[in-house]
Amino acid sequence: MTAATRRWVLAVPTLWLILLLVAPLAIVLLIAFATPADRIPPFSLGFTLDNLRLVASDPLYRDALLRSLRVAGISTVICLVMGFPAALAIARAPSRWRNALLLAVMLPFWTGFLMRINAWIGLLADDGLIVRLLGTPHLLYTDTAMYIGMVYTYLPFMVLPLYARLSRLDPTLMQAAADLGAPPWRVFLRVILPLSRPGIAAGAALVFVPAIGEYVIPALLGGPQAQLIGKVLWEEFFSNRDWPTASAVAVWLLVVLIAIPAVVMRAAKVPPKR
Amino acid sequence: MAGRVPAIFAPAAEAPKPRTRPAMTAGRINAADALTISALTVTYGTIPALDRLDLTIKPNELFVLLGASGSGKTTLLSAIAGFVRPTSGQILLDGTDLSGLPPHRRPVNTMFQSYALFPHMSVAANIGFGLRQQGISRTETAQRVQAMLTLVRLEGFGRRRPTELSGGQQQRVALARSLAPSPRVLLLDEPLSALDQSLRRDTRTELVRLRRSLGISFVLVTHDQDEALEMADRIGVMRDGRMAQVGTPAELYESPADRFVAGFLGAANILPCMIDGTSVALPNLGITIRTARPGPTGPGLLALRAERLRIGGNPLPNRVDGTVTDSTYAGDALSVSVRLADGTVLRIKRALSDGLTAAAIEPGTTVRVSWQPEACMLLPP
Repeated sequence: MTAATRRWVLAVPTLWLILLLVAPLAIVLLIAFATPADRIPPFSLGFTLDNLRLVASDPLYRDALLRSLRVAGISTVICLVMGFPAALAIARAPSRWRNALLLAVMLPFWTGFLMRINAWIGLLADDGLIVRLLGTPHLLYTDTAMYIGMVYTYLPFMVLPLYARLSRLDPTLMQAAADLGAPPWRVFLRVILPLSRPGIAAGAALVFVPAIGEYVIPALLGGPQAQLIGKVLWEEFFSNRDWPTASAVAVWLLVVLIAIPAVVMRAAKVPPKR
Repeated sequence: MAGRVPAIFAPAAEAPKPRTRPAMTAGRINAADALTISALTVTYGTIPALDRLDLTIKPNELFVLLGASGSGKTTLLSAIAGFVRPTSGQILLDGTDLSGLPPHRRPVNTMFQSYALFPHMSVAANIGFGLRQQGISRTETAQRVQAMLTLVRLEGFGRRRPTELSGGQQQRVALARSLAPSPRVLLLDEPLSALDQSLRRDTRTELVRLRRSLGISFVLVTHDQDEALEMADRIGVMRDGRMAQVGTPAELYESPADRFVAGFLGAANILPCMIDGTSVALPNLGITIRTARPGPTGPGLLALRAERLRIGGNPLPNRVDGTVTDSTYAGDALSVSVRLADGTVLRIKRALSDGLTAAAIEPGTTVRVSWQPEACMLLPP
């Protein structure tokens, strides 16, 4: 490949990134520093920190962000606890089964997202299958229903990177640990778990980052009482038409979204022992 | 250093008794400690990898399992370690049947061909892993890890990661790790195969020396006959999941039980013959030769090693004439092929010592091949 062709090949994705990522980001930043105005578009350009300061100090936004962090965190942990055994089982399944099992993990993506969430409404409703069959208390429009929806939606994003990592672990390492006297649970804790840290980190990031901004699942399955940051952003933008405040929320969200994975990724590097 | 070695493996008074490995608490070495394998069968699908195999490993010996790939030697090692579940048969160590125990409860350790060092742990943590599993305290583990590092000459390497070491150093860490929990039997799966030639030769003598000083049994798998002959106290040649022959290197080399063992241990020439005591007729060549040891009367096979045949010079008692078809220089020897009257080709290795020249012998030259009666090995047909 010559230098000229390489430049051309790189030009397309570069242009794509500038148009669809850098430019919108710049616009969001610009609006976050602007002042709200009663006109179209509803802001006048300038430089003020009021919007960012308001979002940081007003408990409405702060609580919504904290609650979003908690929901995303809990969803990530549940996905990890459920996804790890699944990924391990797929990685250890006979090779002729493996592709079928991976396909089963990805199968839900073949149906539209909103359709699947609406199906859950039917399943979780008071006259739905789950409440009727299992005799559980009221589910729909509670946190439980929201977490069911979140875990259901994001579990594949946890299983796939975990599987990618676990399937490449050298099985003789597990044999060696057992050979040296480690019972199965200690083989898991001392060898499998530490060596799958990069997979855990990748899966956690893939679940946590979109879960933080998620507003469809909480809106459709969760209760009306709790505001999540994605919903707040939506309302500021579309209902209140306060673009500078909405942009400030987006900027703060972005800061959190960049900071947390950076910390997680740093922790994910397999560190030397003793 | 030899003086320090026994101290590491003597049951230390302050050491807590291993909890998870009941068979280890006996800690004595006597005839009953031998590993006895009887009628062991391992089947993969419908194919038997081990077929009613019997074998006894004596205490304090280096036993080498020799065989081609697919002969079942690695399966046997895995069955002793516990990674493979036998279909039937017993593996007795100190009177305890191991075959039902999971790997972590067997007082044997394995040194893996790939070493299988834990990449996320330091060298010291790798070596100490087995000790920690036995419930030995951190401080004592640290002391014993230091002693193991000294034993394998890696003092000061404890804090390194395995990936920062050379292949030879990794090999010694793997050895130290498998020896640290004081196994009753150490299993070594092709321990030298990943090393280069010169390192391999040094490591052979090192392993033999180490085993002598430790006083435990080593069971070593290899497909390299030189390695087996040089290191082993006894060798078991495996074929199709069974023991073709078990014996000392000299026994196997000098009196192989059958054609397969003779061929595997480098007997290059095998000729059909009629045996009558020490008189052996080679009907195809129309000659009769003498052997030192009588064989069973009747048809049989005569095996002759390439390096025990002489070309020209002062002829030895057994003689046959032939024509040179090929001769190649191989460093320490000249490899010569000689075609006999019946078309059989004898392979002869003429050592380039005693002032013999490296000059090749012209093809077409008629030569006299001769050998001592002692060089004849008689085998069943």
